[in-house]
Amino acid sequence: MSVDVLAVQGVSVRLSGRTILDRVSFEIAPGEFTGLIGSNGAGKTTLFRVILGLQATSAGRVLVEGLEHGPRHRLIGYVPQKFLLDPDVPLRARDLVGLGIDAHRLGMPVPSRTRRALVEEMLHAVDAERFADTRVGQLSGGEQQRILVAHALIARPRLLLLDEPLANLDLGGAQEVVALLARITREQQVAVLISAHEINPLLPVMDRIVYLAAGRAVSGTTEEVVRADVLSELYGRHVDVLDVHGRVLIVAGAGEDTDLAGHEGVFPGAGIPG
Amino acid sequence: MSHFLSPIFASGFFESEAVHIALAVGALVAIVTGVVGVFTVMRGQSFAGEAFGDLGTTGGAGAYLVGVGTLWGFVIGNLVAAGAMEVIGVQRARGRDLATGIVLGAGIGLAALFLYLYTSEHSTTGATVTILFGSVFAISSATIPLILLLSAVVLAITLTLYRPLLLSSVSAEMASARGIPVRLVGAFHLVALALAAALAAITIGTILSTALLVGPAASALRLTKRPVTALLTAAGIGIAVMWLGIVLAYDSYHWPPVHQGWPVSFFVVTLVFITYLLSGIPEARRRRQTGRNHAASSAAQPATPS
Amino acid sequence: MVNAWTVASMVAVVAGVVGFFTVLRGSAFAAHAIPNGSFAGAAGASLIGVSTLFGLGVFSLGGALTIGLLGRRGRHDVATALALVMMLALGALFLSFSVEYAPEVYSLLFGEVLGISPNDLAPTAILGTLCILAVAVLYRPLMLSSVLPEVGEARGISSFRMEMLFLAVLALATTMTVPVVGTLLIFSLMIGAPAAARSFTDRPLLAMGLSVAVALLIVWIAIAASYETNYPVGFFVGTASAVSYTIGRLWTAVRSRRRAQPSHT
Repeated sequence: MSVDVLAVQGVSVRLSGRTILDRVSFEIAPGEFTGLIGSNGAGKTTLFRVILGLQATSAGRVLVEGLEHGPRHRLIGYVPQKFLLDPDVPLRARDLVGLGIDAHRLGMPVPSRTRRALVEEMLHAVDAERFADTRVGQLSGGEQQRILVAHALIARPRLLLLDEPLANLDLGGAQEVVALLARITREQQVAVLISAHEINPLLPVMDRIVYLAAGRAVSGTTEEVVRADVLSELYGRHVDVLDVHGRVLIVAGAGEDTDLAGHEGVFPGAGIPG
Repeated sequence: MSHFLSPIFASGFFESEAVHIALAVGALVAIVTGVVGVFTVMRGQSFAGEAFGDLGTTGGAGAYLVGVGTLWGFVIGNLVAAGAMEVIGVQRARGRDLATGIVLGAGIGLAALFLYLYTSEHSTTGATVTILFGSVFAISSATIPLILLLSAVVLAITLTLYRPLLLSSVSAEMASARGIPVRLVGAFHLVALALAAALAAITIGTILSTALLVGPAASALRLTKRPVTALLTAAGIGIAVMWLGIVLAYDSYHWPPVHQGWPVSFFVVTLVFITYLLSGIPEARRRRQTGRNHAASSAAQPATPS
Repeated sequence: MVNAWTVASMVAVVAGVVGFFTVLRGSAFAAHAIPNGSFAGAAGASLIGVSTLFGLGVFSLGGALTIGLLGRRGRHDVATALALVMMLALGALFLSFSVEYAPEVYSLLFGEVLGISPNDLAPTAILGTLCILAVAVLYRPLMLSSVLPEVGEARGISSFRMEMLFLAVLALATTMTVPVVGTLLIFSLMIGAPAAARSFTDRPLLAMGLSVAVALLIVWIAIAASYETNYPVGFFVGTASAVSYTIGRLWTAVRSRRRAQPSHT
């Protein structure tokens, strides 16, 4: 039995009197594609920060490759949600990707054929060869995102963490990114954990889903988790799960008032309009 | 009565005309800079105050060279600077700081030239010190009408635009949504700041003028969030530090080491700084009481200027 | 006179290298604030008869640390502005105690390259080398932390630690450059040259090299011009930096217009 890439065990985080995460537990096996679904304010960013070791827990622990205090930073690659790159910054796409090889090491990068080959390989993996020599700040948001993925991947992490990569994309763009990530997971043998507030773009590729609501989580396959009874228990109120031509719509039952995230009646996963 | 006061006020304090002028002008400038300063700090424009200080040097040095009154030099220099900043201001924040810095550099270089030319022509060396570090005691009564005029203009601009200025300083988006011409209001504020900076410059010098523009206002905003209270508090703090600074400077005339008196600007700036530090205490105490874990919850922020 | 050229060249190299990161991190304000703080150190040093470089060094470092620590909490710009002004006022106080008040003020603020003595060569060279070594050692983590601080944090590179280290390097650079160019103008060299350089190349190391080249050009022109006209070096540095920056921006505008032509998709 291989070691889970990531094991979150009973993690709770309490800040200034509020419980942000409440006994969250789940595992990610090597090469698995996992979606962390939850509306804004559900605790996704906090959970990511805990996994990255940037946020202390009030209870529970996180094991990366079985170790609580191992070289976490080498094993996890991170792509943040916001990355405003100044168009004047003198850094080409390939330079930023190359920086990913060993940015944590002191000293200056020594150019070598191995480095160049590695960078080319990553640029190819994210389909970024045609703008490899453009300044990062001049790329579109989607192109920058791909470069950041390559930057994170080049260090050969075991787990890739992406914070709401689909947030500002239209449906077509979101599908492109998801397809790219799914391909990367297969080709590079790296587990992927994506946070999103929209379940439908990820449905075709997710091996596992972690559903987060008001700090509490439920994890499993889509069939196990995206069900009325499971989600009702998670939310603590009546929830219906509807199938609309293969897409999922999660709604509060009739006569319910607003949920904790302030959406009246409609929960994450709604996926409409088109 | 005089026995009681004499340890505090050195002899001749109340009789000296220079002191009278200093107290009056000082108080007026404190009020003006305090009021403008509150909006300046709310808009995060402390660097602009800095820029006016440095570019005011150029204006003042130019005035010396040309033989015009220093205050005029400050006013013109600052207005030019304000214009330049408005033009540059359309860019995003990081680019703006860079451009402002470049303009500052060119301006200061020019100031160096002017001062050099003036000093070699007139073979006196005091110009640099007077312009840069100023002295509220050196204000001649002939300048007072201009001071009054400038103060009136600044207060008129700021108080007339009070509501739109307040709203656009708090949220530019909300202000434009209500049809407020945010850029125009901002431009007017910049002009008011330019003039206020000129006034601050003749009292405590150009490169120290930021202290008056930013210090009392920042302290006031830490102590109260209500705008009118902040304005009054800022003006009050300004007057207090000015007067106390004047008293101390006068008293220091016989202090060691040179028995020429310590610079009044030094006292004013120090008092402003101390006030700012003290104004942070209530908030620090409040934070400790709620027991927030700042180390855990805040990511270390790279200190990029806004 | 050889002294002046040698020292000024060292200043230019350091300004170019450290300035590259200053512009990258958007630290123009800190680059302006720290030297002004060091003004007090130089003034105090001359008062008590200690080496100016020592006074500059202590106060630069102190100012840098203050800016770094104050910047963590509260309004960053207000804290920095007040700390800087406090240092200047202190410098004014120290200088008021001396007999040579005015001329000293002038040369501290605007630079006095022709007044560099042979004794200053060695310490300046040592400090300069330290600066460049520090930048070389910190290069990789500093690059990432400056461009993508969040990603840096995820890799275990503390943004705060990088900021403090960078400010310390800035302080070191300030210490050795101020005697030549003056406290008021050193930042102009440190931002003008790199800002121009990055308009001409997309590659980081090339940009740094170009930054050094432009800084050298600026400084050499400034010294030659100052020697000819007797006008202060600082004037030429400030002007030349502004010109370089403008040329860079114009070139960027030309490039982007060329790129926007129909052949590009």
